[in-house]
Amino acid sequence: MRNFTYAAPRNVAEAVRLAGQPGARFIAGGTDLLNLMRDGAQSHGAIIDINGLALGDIVQRNGVIRIGALARMSDVAAHPAVRRSLPVVSEALLNSASPQVRNMAAVGGNVLQRTRCGYFRDSGTTCNKKTPGTGCPALEGENRGHAILGGSDHCLAVHPSDLAVALLAVDAVVLTDRRRFPFADLHVVPGTTPDQETVLGHGELITGFEIPVTPLAARSRYLKLRDRATFEFAVVSVAAALAMRGNTVRDVRLTFGGVATKPWRSPEAEDALRGKPLTTTTITEAGRALVRGAVTRDHNAFKVDLVQRALDGLLRDLGGAR
Amino acid sequence: MTADSEFKRRTVLKAGSTAVTATFVATRTATPAAAAQTESSVDITLRVNGHDHRLAVEPRVTLLDALRERLDLTGTKKGCDRGECGACTVLADGRRIKSCLTLAVMRQNTEITTIEGLARGDRLHPLQEAFIRRDALQCGGCTPGQIMSGVACISEGHTRSADEIREWMSGNLCRCACYPNIVAAIQDAAK
Ligand SMILES: Cc1cc2nc3c(=O)[nH]c(=O)nc-3n(C[C@H](O)[C@H](O)[C@H](O)COP(=O)(O)OP(=O)(O)OC[C@H]3O[C@@H](n4cnc5c(N)ncnc54)[C@H](O)[C@@H]3O)c2cc1C
Ligand code: SF4
Ligand code: FES
Ligand code: FES
Repeated sequence: MRNFTYAAPRNVAEAVRLAGQPGARFIAGGTDLLNLMRDGAQSHGAIIDINGLALGDIVQRNGVIRIGALARMSDVAAHPAVRRSLPVVSEALLNSASPQVRNMAAVGGNVLQRTRCGYFRDSGTTCNKKTPGTGCPALEGENRGHAILGGSDHCLAVHPSDLAVALLAVDAVVLTDRRRFPFADLHVVPGTTPDQETVLGHGELITGFEIPVTPLAARSRYLKLRDRATFEFAVVSVAAALAMRGNTVRDVRLTFGGVATKPWRSPEAEDALRGKPLTTTTITEAGRALVRGAVTRDHNAFKVDLVQRALDGLLRDLGGAR
Repeated sequence: MTADSEFKRRTVLKAGSTAVTATFVATRTATPAAAAQTESSVDITLRVNGHDHRLAVEPRVTLLDALRERLDLTGTKKGCDRGECGACTVLADGRRIKSCLTLAVMRQNTEITTIEGLARGDRLHPLQEAFIRRDALQCGGCTPGQIMSGVACISEGHTRSADEIREWMSGNLCRCACYPNIVAAIQDAAK
């Protein structure tokens, strides 16, 4: 790891000013950043420690839960308001990483962990994300873990965060030092610029997230399928929020992890269910709508089937479909 | 293992290493943690096991390297150095963390507890005793991390069943696969 200068500002204005310098980068838990810097995949001349900022609170007020960017994954997962009103958020967090990492990592850092694949950290290979224009070895190489949705000929890496999939399902809003916008707008697909993963400007600080408390979000769940029982990233994951009126789906959110280059919401799958009864037929139709645009490679075609089964299983659990 | 035999083992290791001093020194200067104070170092105070330690470190030095290579607290182990094995687990203000994934400079106002800080004089911590009684180790490489993580697992209350312990100890890997005995030791100590 290259050395760097270190600063620990005490307020947001100071932090943003310091981070605006060329080569500067925020550190929260450090659990993603330090690994990338150790691998030489990233290096920064100045590290700005934001842990001294008062951004760790979780509060519920006027029908909105506000989670500070520095709240730790473990604290958010265990918070009574989150467990009661946003179960999908708590479940996604408890299924992430390990207890130690959850004690360290902040939710702001979590949604900004880098989208990448194994080639990215391998110093011996080319990678468009690491060095734009050098090519993507995953296209014809090892791509079992890669995206079937939202990829391009430039990059197929999946966004690794479970929390991001959950926040997308509960209509979260991102707050930064300078603006607020829907969580759905935070991440971008790789297109021809895979090194660009979010809409944030250099030195822009996420200060927190706001999530409306709704009956939809209160009936929500997360299902994560992985190669071992625990302490592993998702092969495929599904977050679902469901509001029923009698037997009819009044409203629904369906978001996905492990299959796409960014946290993925499928309006097509939701439309296949909204206003309809929850039956084997409608659930199957929703799954088909989700994968209609899927593009598979040599090793990841199994995800097309697996993600539909995961969706099916989760919706039956959540909605008691017949 | 008694404190005495541990001491002897380490003495032997140290004596043995003199044979390869030249290469050892060469790699030492190359590792950031071992670098002596340079212009880019910062003065910090780490509070470890109830004692304050003043030291100068480069900002890039992890808490793990500061503990092992600067404070000579080698009980905390380095397995993967990337958050995946749990061998480096310590407590920070009572919460378990992986010391390889945090910088020493970031932990200045934190009360750090390492495996060396668990015993009270000659009295081992109940979980250390349970590990011995249950034979919950073979090579011992993961053991300090398992014990620190287990102490936190117990204080968090995540010990209501063997399944719950397994889930909440999943951040600590054991290459010798002592898992059943580790779970049993934690169950004993949680009683
Ligand atoms: C062994 C291991 C297993 C893991 N398993 C999982 C898993 O199963 N599921 C999962 O979702 N994740 C997993 N992770 C990833 C982990 O959740 C992330 O590393 C963590 O959430 C990142 O948070 P942090 O606070 O440590 O971020 P940092 O590493 O501190 O920062 C990450 C990035 O975000 C930027 N940043 C941080 N905070 C802000 C802010 N407020 N505003 C602007 N920029 C900011 C930093 O500059 C940096 O670029 C795993 C990690 C490890 C090490
Ligand atoms: S998929 Fe993306 S991150 Fe992986 S090698 Fe290709 S360009 Fe790099
Ligand atoms: S050495 Fe820190 S987790 Fe492996
Ligand atoms: S006892 Fe050998 S790694 Fe656990």
